[in-house]
Amino acid sequence: MNPTVEALRATFGDAIGRAAVARDGETVVYVRADRLAEVLRWLHDTPGEAYTYLVDVTAVEYRDRERPLEVVYFLRSLERRMDLRVKVELEHEGDLSVDSAVPVWRGADWLEREVYDMFGITFRGHPDLRRILMWETYAEGHPLRKDFPLRGRFSRAEQVRQALKANPEAHYSMEELSIAEAYEDLPADMRERLARGERGRVPEPE
Amino acid sequence: MSRRTVEFTLATPGLDPQGRPVRTPLTGVRDDTADAGTVAVEPDFRGEHLLVNIGPQHPATHGVLRLVVELDGETVVRVIPHIGYLHSGFEKLGEYRHYNQIIPLTDRTDYLAPMANNVGVALAAEKLMGIEITPRCKVLRVIACEMSRIISHLVWLGTTSIDLGAFTPFLWAFQERERIYDLQEMWTGARLTTSLTRVGGLMADVPEGFVEGLRHFTRTFPRTLAEIDRVLTRSAVWAGRTQGIGVMTAEEAINYSLSGPMLRASGVPYDVRKDKPYLDYDTYDFEVPVGEHGDVYDRYLVRLEECHQANRILAQALDRLPDGPINVDDPRVILPPKSRAMSDMEAMIYHFKQVMEGIRAPVGEAYVGIENPKGELGNYFVSDGSAKPVRWRIRPPAFINLSALPKMAEGHLLSDLIAINASVDIVMGEVDR
Repeated sequence: MNPTVEALRATFGDAIGRAAVARDGETVVYVRADRLAEVLRWLHDTPGEAYTYLVDVTAVEYRDRERPLEVVYFLRSLERRMDLRVKVELEHEGDLSVDSAVPVWRGADWLEREVYDMFGITFRGHPDLRRILMWETYAEGHPLRKDFPLRGRFSRAEQVRQALKANPEAHYSMEELSIAEAYEDLPADMRERLARGERGRVPEPE
Repeated sequence: MSRRTVEFTLATPGLDPQGRPVRTPLTGVRDDTADAGTVAVEPDFRGEHLLVNIGPQHPATHGVLRLVVELDGETVVRVIPHIGYLHSGFEKLGEYRHYNQIIPLTDRTDYLAPMANNVGVALAAEKLMGIEITPRCKVLRVIACEMSRIISHLVWLGTTSIDLGAFTPFLWAFQERERIYDLQEMWTGARLTTSLTRVGGLMADVPEGFVEGLRHFTRTFPRTLAEIDRVLTRSAVWAGRTQGIGVMTAEEAINYSLSGPMLRASGVPYDVRKDKPYLDYDTYDFEVPVGEHGDVYDRYLVRLEECHQANRILAQALDRLPDGPINVDDPRVILPPKSRAMSDMEAMIYHFKQVMEGIRAPVGEAYVGIENPKGELGNYFVSDGSAKPVRWRIRPPAFINLSALPKMAEGHLLSDLIAINASVDIVMGEVDR
């Protein structure tokens, strides 16, 4: 087992949960969600640990509804050639949010956006938490959740109807429209919808 | 309204006394003493920002990538990338498939190096199940990975040189790539949808004539690389368009989680093949090229040298290719030959169970990262003991490398944005998955 786990226990006490060696030989350590930001910062900054490289951020939802969702951080110390996997458990019924790792690793930016997009887990303090793979007006939910059917929630006809009804201006974000100073030229109703953050959202299917 | 004269230096950059290319900024220089050779332009446009939409259907974005760019004159102030146009939900699909049925999906992620993706996902599944593959299979998989590295880097070299105005290297690179594709087709029957690996082995052994064909390739390929090197490396145009462009320092590259040639061009000597060896890469003799400036030019040098090194590995792999089976001897994992399945009761049962139920993986999780041409390709399986993974995650190197594009491009010229975007070596099938 990776010696970092002992160091973590010595520093953070009961914020560190169980730890185990996975089938690929890497150590997995569970951390309490409310202390996650501190733990990640410590792992990055402490000289003896120096997990300066973030390999990946992802989430896991089990088929068993009793098991909580997990957010997984794959960390690597390039100096010591050591890997560590940090996991946070989030109860289905609870608050599906954790602190963002972007202040520590800029590489977490798109990875966390993807987890948000695919699982609906929000990252507090993320500078730009928007959907990334699905479009911004996507209304069917979060595709990698187990309660999301493989073919999507809406029928194919409904999906086509929504695509045709989508507002072409919705392809630009408010931020982008403000660069072009195109905002003032938009029709009043569209301006109002944009300001409400709807960006051409179509109504729920009947 | 006062007119002003602006002097533009339009000549291509030359070389300074030390032989290093000089990069002349293409910015206007205020010159009130107008004389011959200066261009008079109409009023001051400073302060007005322009919104330019590039893509998603644009050849210079190398796929369906859309970039919304805020420009101040010709200078990029902000880049806002939009991706997802090729999102296919592979990870979701994988949760509904057996491990072997996932392999065809990986052909379509990084479609410029399908065989390497096949190897990556098979290694992760084998790690999860604790399967040790045969020596011949290991060497053949190394051959598959290095062939993929060469074709992927050749596509990168060709398309990037076209982006920056050099047409000839494109033709040379694609001609060489075609020779690898012929071999790949000979082995797998396909140029793109190779589906080469199986959990515990390979779909097929190499056919007769393959080893000779590849050996001929490894002997003749360095000549083309030398030609490309001669045309590009010391070209003032090439150096002027690429040196000092899109610089990432070593700390930034690490902080942005860059991997592969992007990370190494910034001077970080991390290569999964050396540092976490898989497929016995530690027994091959090869070098890992590392850049020092982290600009587009260094990324070019790193990739060019990686082609040489991949060629070396191919030659060594051909020399050591052992005889023996390509598949593990385990009827629960590998399908029995069709003739036995039709005549032998036990073989038929195994055949039926594998096709209908798939291979059961033990409870647990496994992550295997391999050094793909684009960077570290990770495959992460979480299993609950059934024949289908609970979660299949691809760590997409191109996606993570692309996320540093705004950081690299902001402050450069619009034409440099094209060079920087090309230098990331994205493949949208993998970025969007």
